[in-house]
Amino acid sequence: MIRRAGIFLAALTLFAVIAPWLAPYEAGEAFHDFLHAPPMRPHFEGGIVFHPLVLADRLEQRFEPNRERMVRMPWIERFEDAPVFLLGADDFGRDVLSRLLYGARTSIGLSLVATLGAVLIGALAGAWAGYRGGWVDDAIMRIADFVIVLPAIYVVLVLRAVLPLVLSASTVFVLVSWIFVVVGWPFVAKGVRAIVAVERSREYVQAAQSLGARPLRILTVHLIPACASHLLVQATLLLPAFILAEATLSFIGLGFPDPVASWGTMLAGAGNYNAVARFPWTLAPAVAIFAIVLLTNLLASQPARNHH
Amino acid sequence: MGRYLLTRLAFALLLVFVVSSAALILTRIAPGSFIEQQCVTLSREECDALRKKLGLDRPLAEQYMSWMSGAIRLDFGQSFLYSRPVNALIGERALNTAMLATIALLFATAIGIPLGVYSGTSRGAGRAIVRVLSVIGLSVPPLIGSLALVFLAARTGWFPVGGMTSSAGVEMTWTQWLADLARHLPLPALALAIPMAATLERLQSDAIESASHESFVAASRARGVARMRSILRHAWPVSLRPVLGLYGVMIGTLFSGSFVVEVVTSWPGLGQLMFAALRARDLFLVAGCAATGAFFLAAGTLISDLLLAYTDPRVRSGERA
Repeated sequence: MIRRAGIFLAALTLFAVIAPWLAPYEAGEAFHDFLHAPPMRPHFEGGIVFHPLVLADRLEQRFEPNRERMVRMPWIERFEDAPVFLLGADDFGRDVLSRLLYGARTSIGLSLVATLGAVLIGALAGAWAGYRGGWVDDAIMRIADFVIVLPAIYVVLVLRAVLPLVLSASTVFVLVSWIFVVVGWPFVAKGVRAIVAVERSREYVQAAQSLGARPLRILTVHLIPACASHLLVQATLLLPAFILAEATLSFIGLGFPDPVASWGTMLAGAGNYNAVARFPWTLAPAVAIFAIVLLTNLLASQPARNHH
Repeated sequence: MGRYLLTRLAFALLLVFVVSSAALILTRIAPGSFIEQQCVTLSREECDALRKKLGLDRPLAEQYMSWMSGAIRLDFGQSFLYSRPVNALIGERALNTAMLATIALLFATAIGIPLGVYSGTSRGAGRAIVRVLSVIGLSVPPLIGSLALVFLAARTGWFPVGGMTSSAGVEMTWTQWLADLARHLPLPALALAIPMAATLERLQSDAIESASHESFVAASRARGVARMRSILRHAWPVSLRPVLGLYGVMIGTLFSGSFVVEVVTSWPGLGQLMFAALRARDLFLVAGCAATGAFFLAAGTLISDLLLAYTDPRVRSGERA
């Protein structure tokens, strides 16, 4: 589980970084003649080709392929009048695949930053509580328990809603990551505290103490590394939860502003049931989120199977 | 037991107090107050009069104290947004949320527990299928589940796609209203129930599997008790403790999930009300919603703790479990 969790997190990070380069179009590139264009069917004629779409009925927003003409994959050649939508287009005529890939950077990126923050702060707070004991321990753990009891999405909602409602994308990124850190750290801290409380009386810690190491050094060099596997597991659990929280926030209009491609803002466009029924391809980000949560759950269910 | 109950009650009260106070204070100091939002369309005089009427001209501490003195007597003040008492507004919405949450919890229990008992005590294809289903179910959080179900409903017409009743204006008899509600409830309740059912299945499966290895279960089989009876009468009760413990944890999940489901399926519940109140900076409504939510949360946790204590004598006698 530990190794797989590490690989999983590394792979997601890599994906978030490179995803936009894989996108055939820009995230904001709108093709005004192709609002809600459906995904195009590939044909095989000496390579993969597509018949460009033509608007057949403006009222019904119905498209038909033009069989006379053939265009190749959008990465190979591009025509302004004949864009290729592998996953369809959204309500502004923007390529869903491209936005999904750009959105991966926003959504996974935000969640990774927040996860890193929550793990860091949770580790420090938990380690300090476990190492010091006494009232410090009590105070930190009481706060942690209190935060854990509250329904996370409501805490996120309230903290986000009391900030100015309209903010720039970069401000949203920073503030929302902080909010996620606030709800995420206690889950990390509790486990770290339990491990540190046991580890601090072990010989290697006593040896470090008798050699004159300061508490900060003992914590960062000896005790927190002892929690590495717990931290990795928690990170793997927090990441999909944060991706989902971003999606929820943006879905209700408190996340990223619309032009920014994130999985949440994309779903917000698919929010009304009429659109969902007629243009199901706009739900692509929901499938992406499902896939990430499923991967996490498969990772998490691994050790249970090994036990038996 | 009495002492245990008292500390739990004190914690519940503290939770309600802290959560509602924090919500009120945060909303008051948030930028873009209710007055600022309203004054766009009002003259200066009207604006000042409204500010005075709502008490927003008073300092935060004073306003907070007067709210608190009302709140102690369970009077949560007037909503700015709806010009109605907060209590009345919350009353109807909280009922809707409670209904949704209860039905979802029933669905989750009715699906999760039997499947868990089955997959924990049998082998072969059936067990494998249940496991695959539950891993998939775990991966369908309420946001994804409700979007998927709305899509399904809009495509097939099996369920109404949103809302709690169709066409609110129509006069309906009691039974008609109930039948209409019964048509609207399954979709949001199912979206909420799927991941919970999967969680319950996983836990029940592991719990009954380890319970069925206990010697008294083997002894019951040796005495000639039928396999089914041995599972249900001997192994299952022992496996219930961790499962009941999960219900306490699930209350929070239920709340978070129901907010999302309410927004997606336009279910007129507490979450939607709170969201509207937060956006409008409707102080007393926000605080009232927060207090109600915290109350439900504390009550739910308390009930599940009591159930747990009832099944575990160590908690009852005050020993650390």
